[in-house]
Amino acid sequence: MHIPDGYLSTPVWVATDVVAAPTVFWLARRAQSKFDHHRVPLMGVMGAFVFAAQMLNFPAGNGTSSHLVGGALLGCLMGPAAASIVMTAILATQALLFQDGGLLALGANVFNMAIAGVFAGYLPFALLKGSRTGLFLAGFCSLMTAALLALSELLVSGVAMPPAMITVSLAWFAVSALIEGALTMAVATALERIQPGCLRRPQSGSRAWVVVAAAATLLASFGWLLASAKPDGLQSLALRAGLTGRVSSLLSSPLGEYQASFIANPALSRTVAGMAGLVVIYVLCTAVSRAWAATRREGA
Amino acid sequence: MSLIVEVRDLHYVFEDGTEALRGVDFTLRAGATVALLGPNGSGKTTFALHLNGLLRPSRGTVTIDDMEVTDQHLRAIRRKVGLVFQDSDNQLFMPTALEDVAFAPLAAGLTPDEAAAKAIEALRLVGMEQKSGKAPWHLSSGEKKRVAIAGILASDPKLLVLDEPTTFLDPPGQRSLAALLSTLPQAKILITHDMPFARALATEAVFFQSGRIVARGPVDEIVERFEW
Amino acid sequence: MRHARLELWSRGTSFAHRRHPAAKITAALIVLVSIATLRPVHWRVALAYFVFLTAMTASARLPILRVHLAATAVLPFALVFAVLSLAAGTPERGLAIIARAWLSALTTVLLMATTTQPDLLAGLESLHAPRFLLQVMQFLYRYLLVLVEEAGAMRDAAASRAGTVGVLEFRRAAGAAGVLFGRAWTRANAIHQAMAARGFTGQIPRFRVFRFHPADLAFLVAVAGPVVALRFIAG
Ligand SMILES: Nc1ncnc2c1ncn2[C@@H]1O[C@H](COP(=O)(O)OP(=O)(O)OP(=O)(O)O)[C@@H](O)[C@H]1O
Ligand SMILES: [Mg+2]
Repeated sequence: MHIPDGYLSTPVWVATDVVAAPTVFWLARRAQSKFDHHRVPLMGVMGAFVFAAQMLNFPAGNGTSSHLVGGALLGCLMGPAAASIVMTAILATQALLFQDGGLLALGANVFNMAIAGVFAGYLPFALLKGSRTGLFLAGFCSLMTAALLALSELLVSGVAMPPAMITVSLAWFAVSALIEGALTMAVATALERIQPGCLRRPQSGSRAWVVVAAAATLLASFGWLLASAKPDGLQSLALRAGLTGRVSSLLSSPLGEYQASFIANPALSRTVAGMAGLVVIYVLCTAVSRAWAATRREGA
Repeated sequence: MSLIVEVRDLHYVFEDGTEALRGVDFTLRAGATVALLGPNGSGKTTFALHLNGLLRPSRGTVTIDDMEVTDQHLRAIRRKVGLVFQDSDNQLFMPTALEDVAFAPLAAGLTPDEAAAKAIEALRLVGMEQKSGKAPWHLSSGEKKRVAIAGILASDPKLLVLDEPTTFLDPPGQRSLAALLSTLPQAKILITHDMPFARALATEAVFFQSGRIVARGPVDEIVERFEW
Repeated sequence: MRHARLELWSRGTSFAHRRHPAAKITAALIVLVSIATLRPVHWRVALAYFVFLTAMTASARLPILRVHLAATAVLPFALVFAVLSLAAGTPERGLAIIARAWLSALTTVLLMATTTQPDLLAGLESLHAPRFLLQVMQFLYRYLLVLVEEAGAMRDAAASRAGTVGVLEFRRAAGAAGVLFGRAWTRANAIHQAMAARGFTGQIPRFRVFRFHPADLAFLVAVAGPVVALRFIAG
């Protein structure tokens, strides 16, 4: 599920980076000011724990074994915002040290697993008030959302996938999600026995935005899947919305490998788009953190 | 004859209701060394955590160098009391030995250059200046222990509290640690199950049992009395 | 473990090793973008990049073959998609994915093989990445091996008693994960205590401050310049 570099088309990785980076910035800022400092070592060690827990193989049917992704579990233990940060730290470490997932694709992976995956997992947990079913659904939804998003990003990027392959992938995701659900439930239940009260059931105050965020996440993932099944649908939608042809082809043309050049010099446009994307992300992040710092100062 | 540590009627109850300390009275003169002996679970570590304000008495008082352990004195007290934990891994959390040793001076507000100078001096004291650039996870257990001690020395404490300093050390490592500690002028509290080590450094010992100090005297006398 | 090898390489002293981490990160990103926009018709550029990255490896005095091997970790996954593309009648797309994935991985490996992990975090910080996230990454990296060793020891202990190696029974494995979590939690608290004992009040002091030298700019231009130029010439 860790998308490496080289698969996603420029619009897709730029778009996901543009969404993921400021979100992580905002969450990190929030975390920094809201949590007591006790949490820095705790969050780092929890990240290391997820890494290490992946060493304990769990049986999954005949001969194969599976391991925990951990986003849902972390969400139930530390709350979704902290869990997003920890998952981001894990994904960045995996990308850098293990070449597990790409650097430009880090935004996509963070969006899928650390943001959408964590919040989608937190929704059933919060709604079902931390019951065992809630824990199971947390793991299930978390993995399913992340996997669907990854699949649709690949499809939108124009990676060749015959329908049979998509069906097989979906079946495989469903199995993995069932396992993740069972693992999340089993590990969390074992934890509750060792350390009662370690699950963070949501307080009433934070519920509203958590629910909104999680619902949006779920909608987004299914929307994406629909869009990717019918890429031309997306294009016609963009046209109807009055977007210029250039933008619509940027949006929907996969790698544009066979399309006629839509700008005089496609290489120029593409590379510039990529570089510009990075700059936009950088500026956006700086702006977000400045704005946040400013509101903090006013509030204080 | 000034007292560096003065503990009166110290009680401590953990959140889960465990009464770990039930009325401890203890004093230590500046520059003296004492060994804390006693069975597992008798409250030695819990006691040590009070000396630094990491735990607060449920009842009773802890006074360090004429300052009572309260919120307002916390910074000063943590600079006076250097606590060396049993598991060095928990203590060495920075990316390199030098940065780890410089942590306390930096936290105390020194400039990076001053802190680095202090850190190098402390590493030299424990014979680790050659390894200052190494990551803690590349050090052997004995080297980790030395760096952990350097991290404490860097803030010029008046009292060293060492919790099981010889675990994981090979016999030569234990001897060299004892030699190192005997050259340090600070008052020391050694929590240990290692009798040769206690004998080599401490003249006096106190014996903990079920959250109380039940005896105090010369190390050999305590060992004989409790068949330790 | 593979990051042990990267860590060993990253302690080199070549010109590239000594550059400001922010310069290396920026250069790597520019190279990655150039690679990401390659299309099948650009196979000559891809080849040129391959030669260029190999030359960089040599100039950083890194073992060329091993660095390339480290980057091949991404290939199995890429091969699947290459086969799919072949089946879909567009083999050149599949080849493009393989080339991009491999070159990108090679770039990442080179970045990590010339930059130690603390330096990398310092570089990211000087590029204004959120400190909080970087500190979490610092602790994650610090305790990664410690916890992985604990997990391994637990697995061995379980295997030595149960007489089987490999996959544990599901419930017991979950229990083991629970115990591992408990230990991690206790350890996190102990670390925090050790930090507090040494005067930690919420800010991890910043110690590594790098200055940006002309050589760093020269490095950035020397790496990014040819790569971007090649990309544009190819059209
Ligand atoms: N965090 C905690 N919560 C609850 N009880 C605790 C906690 N830490 C320690 N205890 C209990 O407090 C008592 C004293 O523990 P302490 O660690 O001080 O013993 P000790 O004398 O250091 O033992 P050892 O020689 O084994 O290190 C023990 O009964 C222990 O179970
Ligand atoms: Mg103890």
